[in-house]
Amino acid sequence: MGVVEAKEIAAIVDRHGREASKLLPILQETQRRYGYLPEEAMQQIADALSLPVAKVFGVATFYSLFAVAPKGQHIIRVCENAPCHLRGAEEVFAALREELGIQPGETTADGLFTLEQTSCLGVCGVAPVMMVDEVVYGNLTPTRVREIIANYRRAAVGE
Amino acid sequence: METVKLIIDGREVAAPKGATVLEAARLVGIDIPTLCYHPELDVRANCRVCLVEVEGSRTLQASCALPVSEGMKVHTNTPMAREARKMAVELLLANHPQDCLNCVRNQNCELQRLAERMGIRENRFTLKDRAKYVKDTSTPSIVRDPAKCVLCRRCVAVCEKVQGVGVLFPINRGIETMVVPACGKDLAEVACTLCGQCIHVCPVGAIYERDDTGRVWEALADPGKHVVVQTAPAIRVSIGEEMGLPPGSVSTGQLVAALRRLGFDRVFDTDFTADLTIMEEGNELLTRLGKGGPLPLITSCSPGWIKFIEHYYPDLLPHLSTCKSPQQMFGSLVKTYYAEKTGIDPKDIFSVSIMPCTAKKFEAQREEMRASGYQDVDVALTTRELARMIREAGINFKDLEAEKYDDPFGITTGAGLIFGATGGVAEAALRTVYELVTGKELPKIDFHEVRGLEGIKEATVDLNGTKVKVAVAHGLGNARKVLDRVKAGTAAYQFIEIMACPGGCIGGGGQPIPTDLERRMARIKAIYEADAGMPLRKSHENPAVKTLYQEYLGAPLGEKSHHLLHTHYVARGKYPKKG
Amino acid sequence: MAFYRSHVLVCGGTPCLLGGCRGVKDALVAEIERQGLTDEIKVVETGCLGPCDRGPVLVVYPEGITYVRVKVEDVPAIVAEHLLKGRVVERLVYRDEAGERLVSYAQSTYYGPQKRVVLRNCGVIDPESIEEYIARDGYAALAKALTAMTPAAVVEEIKASGLRGRGGAAFPTGLKWSFTAKAQADQKYIVCNADEGEPGTFKDRLILEGDPHSVLEGMIIAGYAVGATRGFIYIRGEYRQSIARMAKAIARAREMGLLGRNILGTGFSFEVEIREGAGAYICGDETALIESIEGNRGEPRVKPPFPGVHGLWGRPTVVNNVETLANVAPIIDHGAAWFRSMGTENSPGTKVFTMTGDINNEGLIEVEMGIPLRQIIYEIGGGIPGGRGFKMAQTGGTSGGCLPTSFLDLPMDYDTLAQHGAALGSGALLVMDDTHCIVDIIKCFQKFFAHESCGRCTPCREGTVRLYEMIGEISEGRGTREHLRVLEELGRVMTVAPLCGLGQTAAVPLLSCLKHFREEIETHVLEGRCPTGVCKMGKAPVVA
Repeated sequence: MGVVEAKEIAAIVDRHGREASKLLPILQETQRRYGYLPEEAMQQIADALSLPVAKVFGVATFYSLFAVAPKGQHIIRVCENAPCHLRGAEEVFAALREELGIQPGETTADGLFTLEQTSCLGVCGVAPVMMVDEVVYGNLTPTRVREIIANYRRAAVGE
Repeated sequence: METVKLIIDGREVAAPKGATVLEAARLVGIDIPTLCYHPELDVRANCRVCLVEVEGSRTLQASCALPVSEGMKVHTNTPMAREARKMAVELLLANHPQDCLNCVRNQNCELQRLAERMGIRENRFTLKDRAKYVKDTSTPSIVRDPAKCVLCRRCVAVCEKVQGVGVLFPINRGIETMVVPACGKDLAEVACTLCGQCIHVCPVGAIYERDDTGRVWEALADPGKHVVVQTAPAIRVSIGEEMGLPPGSVSTGQLVAALRRLGFDRVFDTDFTADLTIMEEGNELLTRLGKGGPLPLITSCSPGWIKFIEHYYPDLLPHLSTCKSPQQMFGSLVKTYYAEKTGIDPKDIFSVSIMPCTAKKFEAQREEMRASGYQDVDVALTTRELARMIREAGINFKDLEAEKYDDPFGITTGAGLIFGATGGVAEAALRTVYELVTGKELPKIDFHEVRGLEGIKEATVDLNGTKVKVAVAHGLGNARKVLDRVKAGTAAYQFIEIMACPGGCIGGGGQPIPTDLERRMARIKAIYEADAGMPLRKSHENPAVKTLYQEYLGAPLGEKSHHLLHTHYVARGKYPKKG
Repeated sequence: MAFYRSHVLVCGGTPCLLGGCRGVKDALVAEIERQGLTDEIKVVETGCLGPCDRGPVLVVYPEGITYVRVKVEDVPAIVAEHLLKGRVVERLVYRDEAGERLVSYAQSTYYGPQKRVVLRNCGVIDPESIEEYIARDGYAALAKALTAMTPAAVVEEIKASGLRGRGGAAFPTGLKWSFTAKAQADQKYIVCNADEGEPGTFKDRLILEGDPHSVLEGMIIAGYAVGATRGFIYIRGEYRQSIARMAKAIARAREMGLLGRNILGTGFSFEVEIREGAGAYICGDETALIESIEGNRGEPRVKPPFPGVHGLWGRPTVVNNVETLANVAPIIDHGAAWFRSMGTENSPGTKVFTMTGDINNEGLIEVEMGIPLRQIIYEIGGGIPGGRGFKMAQTGGTSGGCLPTSFLDLPMDYDTLAQHGAALGSGALLVMDDTHCIVDIIKCFQKFFAHESCGRCTPCREGTVRLYEMIGEISEGRGTREHLRVLEELGRVMTVAPLCGLGQTAAVPLLSCLKHFREEIETHVLEGRCPTGVCKMGKAPVVA
């Protein structure tokens, strides 16, 4: 693979401290760096914290914000909980699936988007909502999500 | 002992402070059902099968995790408690393959027993399709069948906490939760020692030994094959449990008889090569003490232990004795010395071993174990597999007349026999080394310091003024502690015995299920009783071993020994490549 | 401090940020500068002003005129008309349901019944300015506690106030503190639970965004009271704005000597660290949260022992919710008696609610405990859109019970709701009108629990999935009487058998609906018909 620089992981670990309790912050920073948690990175983190790599993997897969495999360039998380549901989240979700041509958990063929379901994002005042990477979008309608997707696609072409 | 008084089902119970409600209830004969609970593991309150009502608490409490308190009022047999416990089992069953009849744990399954005990007669939920869970048959030792896993997490605890290995861990969450080897790989791709302790704690058929009985049946049925079998020291004190005898029964003679009835051409005793190991390893120790060499010298009989050090402490490999395990010494002698002596072409010999161990299956197929030019041991069977063969053949084990092992590997000593218990190799070595060095007879042959179930034991022997400090560790978690001391330079040992399994081979991963503290103690007691009754109790006094050296090997650590009885190791690292 | 003739508060809460309030603020500042008003008018980005569904929201003081749904292109009009000429831009003004213009916080049906204690500074100050917090008596309570009160006296004051945990469990805060205060240990901890995840709840997010110092001050006082010198704030990873604001607040408080070593020269030291969640609702459970801080899977622990004596790394640990901690400083400032003058006997004080669903004013409010549900929905909430009928209200989020019309006059306090099989919980209030189907919404609830179960204990891991599966079959017209019997039995078991609160509440909404909306559910089962037409009955069976 070779995507992971041992030095880089060591630097991340040292920034937080070599304690088991720093596992989550370390994983968070590692994911920010690589977009997901490469196996090599988890092994190096496990060694640095004196933990079995099985545990690091078990912790990483418990939390929905961690990814142990590469994902799309943008991760779309759609809330389906009751406040969003009552405001039409189902139609919004259907529009997204149709627009992207993928089911939840999948990544588009161009590698641009991964679609996921999420639990409440705590912005129910503007339900229905979704989060694209770290940006939240509210008051969604099928038309609006198509626009949002189009914007990301345009930005990707522009790059 | 400080006690606490509580009321369970209207009866006053005085329980030790710190006891759980489950334990307190058992004191007065109330057997609350359990599933995830295991007395030797720190696993609690996962399965919810042991729920009870406690006055003052709105919710039910897991009795396995609830400490007793003064005046506590517990009800174990209320409609609410029974309904909840039964529901927990019903939910597990509905998400479990319905193939009890085909299961390796049929009639020895904790979930099956609970279903029977609770009278579950129908399935009210849609059965879950568990086809997406793929069996892991990647190792020669252990099969994992995650479709059957009930997520009790005992295997996780034994692997991480008892064995200090930690290759099994839960992943994902909710209904997607699974217990898998590190990073979702196959067992063969992770640093698993194949010790098989997970098998002992698994309440169902989610982890078990690879069954090799088919290959043995085939060989037995092949008239062109000369099929020989060796039985490890620990088998004779455990096979009886599979055959309906009480724990601690010594059934050496029945074991030999049963093997003959199964059709083995020769029935040999691994105790013989245990004696041989002492000759080689004892001399290796004396050489390292005298001429120099990495000390402490660490034993190499336990293949789970060997795989452990290869994965986790490769830098300490020079400390290992180069002696093959008794199984593998046997294997190479059968297809060389024995073949020559009997004039049988080694290619026609099919060599079987009966081992208390799952890692032995791995050891038998290691590349280094082909001293004869063939795979020295063709098949290693566990105690459980042998028991299955005996049952299948309809042999009434209990009523068999005792029979004797065959020559030339039938004469053994008590020293070889005690290899089966933790401390046994060290004790056997001390019995021999002392007499070889001092030329005097041991004043006291029993080394009680190295016996028993304490995790790490120590003894010191004076060899003509040279004090030899010995350590004994069993269970890989204890091995880790000793190795860390060796690494840190804080352990002044010259000789260390390490066995992968708690209790040594009598507690091996291939032994009858259950293997628990009580049974480990009974088997150890049986081993030492049998040792005490042996006419010969020191390896160097074994006449057959002497003959072997005279006729064939020459001297311990000689060239032939080097070729046939010694081996080398592989630094595998924590993240082994596939294969 | 310079004197400004007008202040324009721009809501900087996340819901408004989504609506583009930053752009509006920037345009406002630029326009004010262009008009040469920079010395006369100050623009402040504040915390949440409340009516989230109408963002971006801004308020012009001293008049107290609230503008809603303001766009960048509206800015020149607001500056030219209102700020320059004093003429209100009518088309943007927030009106109540009757069409009345809301001219001040105090006047409207929306703001009128509200009582802002926790939200005292939200929408009033710049949350990134510690000076503004201090100017409104911020950190006065800390100074009072450290210099004029013993730790025991602080615990006693909180006990006397009757403050109860605002995260949902309603455990008396003072009592919780007293357990930890009494415990002997080399180290104790204060943990602020900001892992808000109960669907429909966003109060903690907006408190952290709008007034982070109020939470921090509460934590430091708690530390002093119980003898803890270290604190953690565990904030949901998704709450980027809350994390940023809190990080800034911690840095500023440290610079000012209000946090860190030797606070205010009193010799008391307290350190705070932020930990980000990583996406797991279960970490809102205090023991799961502790596991997560320790670097483990967020699986709840067996209780006893309780965190108060055996928490983070086995040390005594107080875990308090954001809103609970934000109540601490006012109680120390004004005294327990003042706090008890609000709310009810057993549930004193105020409560922050977040209103969602079929309600005109979605958003954040704070009212005295004990206010009737009807008043919240129809007065403050402005009723149900389109004049549709009320069907049910769910209090306490997805893990709370569902209340039909006959419960509308219930006073909103912990004990009353508990008596009626509901819970005040986190303060989420979901309103559903009569066009929605009860089976469909239960299915939505159950999907949530199945997704968020940690998987540790059997009844929750397996049971949440079975509840979802069976209600799904009912919604598809495949339900039988047996479904209802098993749902009821499993639901009953699930309220008592699982290890933690998540599992124990996962069937609560279902059970309350089976009680109050049985007819509608039975219609699905016995007649194969969905009265609202929401469920697509007779769909092809799904594979379980």
